[in-house]
Amino acid sequence: MRTSKCDIVIVGVGGQGVILISEIIGRAALKAGIHVRAAETHGMAQRGGSVINHTRLGCIYGPMVPEGGADILLALEPAEALRYGRYLSRGGVALVNTKPVIPTTVTAGQFRYPEIEEILAPLRGIGRVLPMNATEIAERAGSSQAANIVMLGALSRFMPIEEALVLEALMDSVPRRYIDVNLKAFELGKAEVSG
Amino acid sequence: MREYLLGNVAIARGILEAGAGLAAGYPGTPSSEIIDTLSGIASGYDIHVEWSVNEKAALEVAIGGSWAGTRSVATMKHVGLNVAADPFMTLAYLGVDAGLVIVSADDPYCHSSQNEQDTRRYAQFASVPCLDPADPQEAKDMTVYAFGLSERFSVPVLLRPTTRVSHARSDVELGEIPEGRRRGRGFRKDPARRVSLPVNARRLHRELIDKQRDIERELESAPWNRLLLKGDVGVIASGIAGLYAEEALANLDADLSLLRIGTYPAPSRMIEEVVKHTSRVMVIEELEPVVEELVEIVAKRCNPELEILGKRSGDIPRAGELDLLTVRNAIARMLGMSVTVPEDLPGAESVPPRPPSLCPGCGHRAAYYAMRKAFGKDAIYTNDIGCYTIGISMGTVDTCLCMGASITIGSGIRFGGDERPICCCIGDSTFLHAGMTGLLNAAYNKSRMTVAILDNSTTAMTGHQPHPGTGFTATGEESVRISLEEIAKALGSGHVECVDPYNLEESISAFTRARDFPGLSVVISRAPCRILLRRKGERYIRYRVTDECVGCRQCVEFNCPAIEFDEKAAINQLCTGCGVCAQICPKDAIEVVK
Ligand code: SF4
Ligand code: SF4
Repeated sequence: MRTSKCDIVIVGVGGQGVILISEIIGRAALKAGIHVRAAETHGMAQRGGSVINHTRLGCIYGPMVPEGGADILLALEPAEALRYGRYLSRGGVALVNTKPVIPTTVTAGQFRYPEIEEILAPLRGIGRVLPMNATEIAERAGSSQAANIVMLGALSRFMPIEEALVLEALMDSVPRRYIDVNLKAFELGKAEVSG
Repeated sequence: MREYLLGNVAIARGILEAGAGLAAGYPGTPSSEIIDTLSGIASGYDIHVEWSVNEKAALEVAIGGSWAGTRSVATMKHVGLNVAADPFMTLAYLGVDAGLVIVSADDPYCHSSQNEQDTRRYAQFASVPCLDPADPQEAKDMTVYAFGLSERFSVPVLLRPTTRVSHARSDVELGEIPEGRRRGRGFRKDPARRVSLPVNARRLHRELIDKQRDIERELESAPWNRLLLKGDVGVIASGIAGLYAEEALANLDADLSLLRIGTYPAPSRMIEEVVKHTSRVMVIEELEPVVEELVEIVAKRCNPELEILGKRSGDIPRAGELDLLTVRNAIARMLGMSVTVPEDLPGAESVPPRPPSLCPGCGHRAAYYAMRKAFGKDAIYTNDIGCYTIGISMGTVDTCLCMGASITIGSGIRFGGDERPICCCIGDSTFLHAGMTGLLNAAYNKSRMTVAILDNSTTAMTGHQPHPGTGFTATGEESVRISLEEIAKALGSGHVECVDPYNLEESISAFTRARDFPGLSVVISRAPCRILLRRKGERYIRYRVTDECVGCRQCVEFNCPAIEFDEKAAINQLCTGCGVCAQICPKDAIEVVK
């Protein structure tokens, strides 16, 4: 038996706003009257480390999505998409920001950063992959900081929550003076996956 | 009303709903957001909220609060309870007046900790009840319940959320927050119960033991223990593992008997029912086999034939955290059903690691660089608990054990006969928490070494909490601002210097002087945390690399995440303008962006 309506795994680098996305989804779910469970990375890993956040919609059990169970994998950073790719379920959707954040292990010459195709190809073997340069799109909306909201806009097409509620939750969650930029980022992100 | 709450925020809410009037804690992941939340809203309620100097202080303050008739809570991470263990163990004898709850947040898998000790063992050790919530809702409801339990039996009560409860978020049904007065009637003199003279302690120990049966009887019928007897195969699971087990059984469409445990002492009558009803049972819990041992004892008496699967049989991992997949597969294996093995993605193993790193422009990095220049690579660098431990790649972190141990272990290494230079590194908050006694000890016993206090003027790792060096309390009130220099001198250090780590030359010479000082020297390297400064509205200048760069990589060795390298160096937008790389570059190829 399925025990969650929609399982989402959000990954990225500490500081990219992974938690904010999950917070907005959770608030929107609450407005929709859907039970929601989420697990966050706090503490040490937040210092520029790799972070993973689980969000489960229509679920009353544990907060973590099992490996191979994510209906949607939302990656704010491409290498992180591959690192956590094993969470994506067969036939699931992977939304991937293609703009890398280079880890110090690469700068220091100890490791090689994979080509974008090396990242996307294995994911394509599992589900539907939708790459986008969310950082560049966010710049068009007015701030590269809003890349997470671009991705949220794209995600909104696949979530079982009415868009109006997601937008309401977005407005509840970001400071007033950034609302316009964020709404624009959201729209551009949504448009990116429409075609 | 429902709200979408972080587990720790739900606990804070429970503290308010219970009418508590005093909350004290020391920051530690995954517990910090409880006091963070309360301190932000304290002014609206009759509640004293404080960041204490350490967990022992926090617990003792909470004990005083309870003895003054005010419902009180102390919060900490699991290893914080070690620091507070001295008051904790005897408190169980003396008991409480108004309800006293100790939140000790466990961290299975060591997400942000140096060990994964199990607070339930402390509960057994001290004969104190412990509640083990499975999710934020339970965490809140148990918090409210814990205060009443504490009062009914005059014992402190432990609440033991784990990382996956404290840092989980879910929709939580809220209760009422009572209005008005929260502080109690004041301290009532009762030496027979408040003074732990042997004559009292002997009696109180017996009383504590006698209470256990009644405590267990009440907990047996508490809503946190749920028993569903079905088939003759069963699962007994505790805390969040109970939630995993329930979901796994739903996933597998398996009709097993299930006992979910949320309290300690564990409900032994319910356990007995399962043991008698089943021929095979799997015990699922994180960390210590607390329930498993109890099931073994009960089975010996009631059903010696019972097959018990769990940690001892190797079916459930003894260390680390559990998750749905692990639990589901364990149950599936027991039932002879097929298990799910997640597929490995080709290429995933070669994804470059992304360990946490010191922030761009962090003063610790600069301090480490200067320290290493002055002390050299053969020196011994004892380290401590805080952001600065992340600087391990700089070669200045040789040890890390527990709060404050950098200084004392350094002393020990010296007296153990090692004559190499020793530089102990400790942060400001950690120094005030547990480093001062070590420094005093080092001075008194004539230890010859250097202590570097890396002062970023906050408790950064856990979310930037204030401490006595910042001059502000948890609730933002102005308070005494103690001087680390004065403390270091007062504790007996013969040479104390304060430096700005962003001035490399000065910093290196300060560390060199400290190294050459024939006694105990202290260098305070002072640079406020970059994240904190940014939050306060500081705007950073940025640096860039010019065409003069010859690609020598000397700046890259500095390990700043803002410096990239591809034949030549480049600085990305993460730069916070500390300017240290510009001082390192031998070609003067790094300059301020105009
Ligand atoms: S000035 Fe140099 S070392 Fe400092 S933050 Fe910028 S790039 Fe990093
Ligand atoms: S230290 Fe200076 S010359 Fe050497 S790589 Fe860095 S910027 Fe270039």
